[in-house]
Amino acid sequence: MSPIIEAQDLGREFTVSSGRPLRRVRRTVTAVRDVTFSVASGEIVGYLGPNGAGKSTTMKMLTGILRPSRGRLRVTGLEPSRQRTRLAGRIGVVFGQRTTLWWDLPLRDSLALTRHLYRVPAADHARRLAELTELLELGPFLATPVRQLSLGQRMRGDLTAALLHAPRLLVLDEPTIGLDVVSKSTIREFLLRLNSEQGTTILLTTHDLGDVERLCRRVMVIDHGRLAFDGDLSALRATAPSPRTLIVDLTAPAPPIEVAGATATRVEGPRQWLELSANPAEVIAAVSATHRIADLMLREPEIEDVVARLYRRERTASLGKDG
Amino acid sequence: MAEIHTAPSRSLRGFSALLVYPRLVWVWTRAMAQYPASLLTLSLAQALISLSELAALFFVFSHAGRLAGFGLHETLLIYGLSGVAFSLADLFMGAVERLGEHIRLGSFDTMLVRPVSPLAQLAADGFSPRRLGKLVPNLAALVWALGEADIDWTAERVLLVPVLLCSGFVICASVWTIGACIQFVVADARELANSVTYGGQAMTQYPLAIYGADIVRTATYIVPLAFVSWQPALYLLDRPDPLGLPEGLRHASPCVAVALALVAALLWRSGLRHYRSTGS
Repeated sequence: MSPIIEAQDLGREFTVSSGRPLRRVRRTVTAVRDVTFSVASGEIVGYLGPNGAGKSTTMKMLTGILRPSRGRLRVTGLEPSRQRTRLAGRIGVVFGQRTTLWWDLPLRDSLALTRHLYRVPAADHARRLAELTELLELGPFLATPVRQLSLGQRMRGDLTAALLHAPRLLVLDEPTIGLDVVSKSTIREFLLRLNSEQGTTILLTTHDLGDVERLCRRVMVIDHGRLAFDGDLSALRATAPSPRTLIVDLTAPAPPIEVAGATATRVEGPRQWLELSANPAEVIAAVSATHRIADLMLREPEIEDVVARLYRRERTASLGKDG
Repeated sequence: MAEIHTAPSRSLRGFSALLVYPRLVWVWTRAMAQYPASLLTLSLAQALISLSELAALFFVFSHAGRLAGFGLHETLLIYGLSGVAFSLADLFMGAVERLGEHIRLGSFDTMLVRPVSPLAQLAADGFSPRRLGKLVPNLAALVWALGEADIDWTAERVLLVPVLLCSGFVICASVWTIGACIQFVVADARELANSVTYGGQAMTQYPLAIYGADIVRTATYIVPLAFVSWQPALYLLDRPDPLGLPEGLRHASPCVAVALALVAALLWRSGLRHYRSTGS
C-alpha cells in the first residue's frame, strides 16, 4: 500500500523585508529544508520541535495552505497545493488554537453545516455524528452556542467536525494545548481508539510529552528546518534521556545541594533546580534531611528539553568529546 | 465505528461553490438573527444612511435644477443604477474586504482546509441581512427613476435593464475582490481598497460629467466604474456623451464586467498561490 504522506527534499523559504520604507532589506529565510519522510497508513506520528523550527510550515504545506518552494510532496496521492480542495475532502484538520466552528451557532448547527461543506450523505452524517457524540460525550452541549463552550468542549467539537467526513488522515496542530488533565486524557483515548478501530492515520504536533508518550509510536523531530530525528519514542529517549527536574525553594539561599540521585543544575537565590536520576521521593527525603524546604515543584521534561538534549549530544559528538 | 463514504468529488467544483454559498448565507443569517434587536437597528441605520444620501440629492436639485445637463430624474436613474449595483455587491461580496483580518487571525487557514472555494466562504462570512437596509431605498429610487425619467422604452431597453444591473453588480464585486487580493500582499490595505470601493460608489451616484475629464477617463479605462451607472444611463436615456468619449462604450458594460471578473479571478488565484499564512 502506498504511503499516505510522502515528502521528498521538501523545502520552504520566505522572503522577509525589514527596515524603513525605501531602504528595505530583503532576505530569504529558510523555514524548512530538505525534509524527507513518509507516513504509512494507520500510523500515529508525532511531529515535534521547538517554536519556529518549521513545524507549522510543514503542516501548512501538507494541508495545501502553503506551496512548497522545493521538493516533492504527496498526501493521499494528491499534490496538496495544486489539489487542495480535493485533498480537503480526504483529510481532517484541527488547529488547536483556532476553531473551525461557527461562534454564534449551537454546536449541532455547526456540525450540520460541516456536512454540507463536505457533502456527506445525510444518513452517513447522522450515524457518524451519533458515534462521535457518544465517544466524545458531546451530548450535554450539542445545543450550546460554540462561544459558550469550554476549551475542552470546543476541542471535542472541532475534532468531531474534522471527522464527520471519515477522513483517512487526521492532521492535528497542538490538539491538547491549554486543556486540563481530564480533557487531555479523553482526547488521547479517543484518538487511540479512532486509530485502532478505523485505521485513521494521525499526524500531530505537540509540546506535550504526555501526548507523545500516550499516542505516538513514532516521532519526528524538526529543528532549524531540518529533520533531526525520525524513529520510535524509546529510541529518542535513548538518544536524549530527559530527567525530570525538582525545583526546591529553600528558606534561605544555600550552596548547590549535593545529594545522591540528583544534580543541581541552576541556583537562583533560595531556589535550586535539581536534575533527577533517582526516585523523586528519595531525593526529597535526602534534601529535607539536610535543608529547610519552603516549597517543592516537580517539573516533567518538555519536548523542548528532549530536543535540546538531542542537539547538545549531537554537538558534543561532532566535537569528538564524550559527554 | 462504521466506515462511511463521502460523495465522490465532482469536476463541477465551481458549481458546488454556488450551491454552498446560499447555505453559508443562511447559516450566518440565522446566527445574526440571534440578536434581533441589533439586526433591526443596524438595518435601519443602513437604510437611514441611504435615505440621507437621497435627501442630499433632492436638496441639490431644489437649488440647482440641473446638474451638467442632467435633471432630477436622470440623476436619480444614475444614482439608482449605481446604488443597486453597489448594494448588491456589498450584500453578497462585501465581506471579502476583511481578508486581511482573516489572514492575521488565521481564520483564512481554516477556510483553506475545507473542500469549498475559500472565496465563497470569505464572501459569506459574517453575512448579515442588515445590508438589505441599503439595497431597499436604492431599489425604490431606481424603480421610481425608471418610471419618471424620459426613456424611450424599446423592447431592447426593457430587456437590457437587468443585464446592465447584473453587469454593474459584477463590476462592483470584481473591484471589491481585486481590493481584497491586495491584502494578500499588504495585510492592512483595506483602507486603500475602500477608497476605490466606497469612494467609487459615491462618485458613480452622480453624472460623471460633473467631474473633470481626467477623472472620467480614469473611471472609464482604469477602474471602470463608469460602466456601473454612467454609461448604462447614457444608453437608457439615449443621450450623447457630454465628454465626447466613443459612443460604443455605452454597450460595453457586460464585456467590461466579464473582463473585470476574469482579472479578479486571476488575481485571486495568484494571491492564493503566493499566500504566506501567518507565523504560527
